[in-house]
Amino acid sequence: MADGKAKSGLLLDIRNLRIEATVYPPGEAPKTITLVHDVSLTLEKGKVLGLIGESGAGKSTIGLSSMGYGRGGVRITGGEVILNGRDILKGGKEGFRKLRGREVCYVAQSAAAAFNPAHRLMDQVVEATLLHGTATRAEAEKRAVTLFKKLSLPNPETIGQRFPHQVSGGQLQRVMTAMALCSEPDLIVFDEPTTALDVTTQIDVLAAIKDAIRDTHVAALYITHDLAVVAQVSDEIMVLRHGRLVEWGGTRQIIKEPRQEYTNALVSVHEIEHKEQQPGTAPFLSVKNVTAAYGGGQVKVLKNVSVDIYPGQTLAVVGESGSGKSTLARAITGLLPPEQGTVTFDGRPLGNKLADRPKEDLRQLQMIYQMADVAMNPRQTVGTIIGRPLEFYFGMRGRERDKRVAELLDEIEMGKGFVDRYPAELSGGQKQRVCIARSLAAKPKLIICDEVTSALDPLVANGILKLLLNLQQVEKVAYLFITHDLATVKSIADSIAVMYRGEVVRYGAKSKVLTPPFDAYTDLLLSSVPEMEIGWLEKAIAGRRMESAGN
Amino acid sequence: MSAPIVKLIAQRVALGILLLLAVSVLIFAGTQILPGDVAQAILGQSATPESLANLREQLGLNQPAYIRYFHWLGGVLTGDLGTAMSSGQDIATSIKERLWNTLFLAFWAAIVAIPLAIILGLIAVRYRNGWIDKLISGLALASTSFPEFFIGYLLVYFFAVKWQIFPAISTVYDEMSFGERMQAIVLPATALTLVVLAHMMRMTRAAILNVMQSAYVETAELKGLSAFAVIRKHAFPNAIAPIINVVMLNLAYLVVGVVVVEVIFVYPGMGQYLVDHVTKRDVPVVQAVGLIFAAVYISLNIIADIAAIVANPRLRHPK
Repeated sequence: MADGKAKSGLLLDIRNLRIEATVYPPGEAPKTITLVHDVSLTLEKGKVLGLIGESGAGKSTIGLSSMGYGRGGVRITGGEVILNGRDILKGGKEGFRKLRGREVCYVAQSAAAAFNPAHRLMDQVVEATLLHGTATRAEAEKRAVTLFKKLSLPNPETIGQRFPHQVSGGQLQRVMTAMALCSEPDLIVFDEPTTALDVTTQIDVLAAIKDAIRDTHVAALYITHDLAVVAQVSDEIMVLRHGRLVEWGGTRQIIKEPRQEYTNALVSVHEIEHKEQQPGTAPFLSVKNVTAAYGGGQVKVLKNVSVDIYPGQTLAVVGESGSGKSTLARAITGLLPPEQGTVTFDGRPLGNKLADRPKEDLRQLQMIYQMADVAMNPRQTVGTIIGRPLEFYFGMRGRERDKRVAELLDEIEMGKGFVDRYPAELSGGQKQRVCIARSLAAKPKLIICDEVTSALDPLVANGILKLLLNLQQVEKVAYLFITHDLATVKSIADSIAVMYRGEVVRYGAKSKVLTPPFDAYTDLLLSSVPEMEIGWLEKAIAGRRMESAGN
Repeated sequence: MSAPIVKLIAQRVALGILLLLAVSVLIFAGTQILPGDVAQAILGQSATPESLANLREQLGLNQPAYIRYFHWLGGVLTGDLGTAMSSGQDIATSIKERLWNTLFLAFWAAIVAIPLAIILGLIAVRYRNGWIDKLISGLALASTSFPEFFIGYLLVYFFAVKWQIFPAISTVYDEMSFGERMQAIVLPATALTLVVLAHMMRMTRAAILNVMQSAYVETAELKGLSAFAVIRKHAFPNAIAPIINVVMLNLAYLVVGVVVVEVIFVYPGMGQYLVDHVTKRDVPVVQAVGLIFAAVYISLNIIADIAAIVANPRLRHPK
């Protein structure tokens, strides 16, 4: 193999990889499922291969197999993983330990969780280098500082002395990249490294990662579900679905001339046509000059916010994390009583506190959350979950209630068979649909959707958005749609409020908000949304007018 | 040390002092509710109404309860715990020696038990769900499930009676050398170790297993660290707070809960002193010992709280 490696410059050669896991479905015997079906790939030195697909496609599992690692009970049961000319699967535990952190390094999705909160950053960054004895501590730390500079981290000399909680999420993601590069590996596995970041932070981290890859000549497997992101960094793209290869080709070919239907669906996702509705005569819900704070008035998170919501229309609230989007929802629902200002509903002021509001007011405002699985009682069936508001608000019982539950299930495009299922038996998209049905059951005038599609795969998220739009037509319900994703906003909103650090910086009809001239923040936000176009990243960075808040 | 951490610690200490004051009120009130008083107890059968009244006058018992409470509290704060009724001895002097003995035994039991429990916990995590883990857990649970007097008598039967390696009676006195003392306490210390071991070990195991699911543990594994290094360097430091808590609870138990073991081995510690005087209805002694036990319990728990605060990097190094 040694000569073959020298000739081709081949770094990683995965052949017919088969990965299995044992699952324990509730009430059934344990069974073995196959996560990856005979996938093969090759990667040359210094090249970047993007692995893309929705959750369950096996991207991370394949990525981690290059380090001989399986999460949970995952086992590599077939095939070969040839790294630097040898099959690492034959090396055993000791062999894996020698290559992890030395030949192959890993960058996790959430650096905030992947750094040990108990140790200083520098100790963690140089740990693998010292463990494998490839450099002395002084050398490794010098190398780390150089990498911190390369990744344009602030205070590169001293940032290593900080603890993870003292550094922002976007910076941590870059420190983690530095950590992977520090032991000078041949291959880095990037596992959704920018997915958890705000769109304005993502662009910086993406640019930093791209430069670092180029300058260090390291090869990379770049795993993500976002095709626009992967198009910026990879030489080739591999599309996966249900653990099988769908399509593999050069980046340009995949995004411009996809050969497979599924790839095409991924490329054209998010293109929902939604015609903007003109605001009606009068808003039914008005937020007037609301100021709200946490910690007994210590931390002001909403400053003098005013927005209106019209019957049957959608107001999208956009902004990055910490901009006060969710707090606005909490102020409207009464979960966080505003310090100043009022919320008017149907021409009369709503009680400040949740406890001051009559049941009828509670019914009119319903919420759907980002994490559908934690918003449902895992020990109740779908029927009970959806039936609960019917009992609570309308006193429905027995057959009458069951009939309505069936209708609601029908509306969310799920059959009667789901009535007796538990949340754990549903997919992410199905769970979110159940949450939608539960909120509809109350027949509210307004549903507050708090990042309802953020945790979902693009295609599934698309389905949810279409469903929400259809339901709006049928039920004439209004939405307050909280999101950080501008593509979602374009698909669903009638009017938009852009929030930045607790203030509404731009507000109006969708067409007006999305038409230049922009204020600096809206411009940053819009220009940070990755576009499916090669070279977009460089153009966007060059054309920016303000720094993102994540720095 | 930064400002918020100092504030948190000061709050804990202040709370502890308040709690101790509350306990002192409870102890005092509790002993007042009991029928009869010290004067009756001293005079016994020979009590006449006149002599009772005289003695009460003499002892200050006819003053209102709250004045007697502050009188007692003032004494406690200046180191005067009063006089034992039964023997007429100064309580502070007799307690000093007893307390020292109890702390001596507890110290050596803890020196063995705490590191052993933590190391066993780490090993159990390393080989989790394997036979080593099950063996450690099984033995530890068995040793806790047996009543302590049973373990004590078992130790006496084998080590003192059958093989005659260690003395069955652990009486210690002033003239003993350090070595002799150590030899005397081997069996009670072993019994205590076995009693507290399992609780700490199980808690260590559970606390570490809890953080083994974290993403940073995976990061450490993907750096190529050995399984044991991952547990020791990356999991253990983040599981330290609950471990310290359970260690402190067991330390408190070693001081205040050792009555049975002290009685079995005839060890002159606080527990035996308390039991002796409860049977004699010697109220001042019971009050004094109760207060000391409460103080030990509260201060160890404060230490656990403070250690947990200090162990948290978010509080130690604020943004």
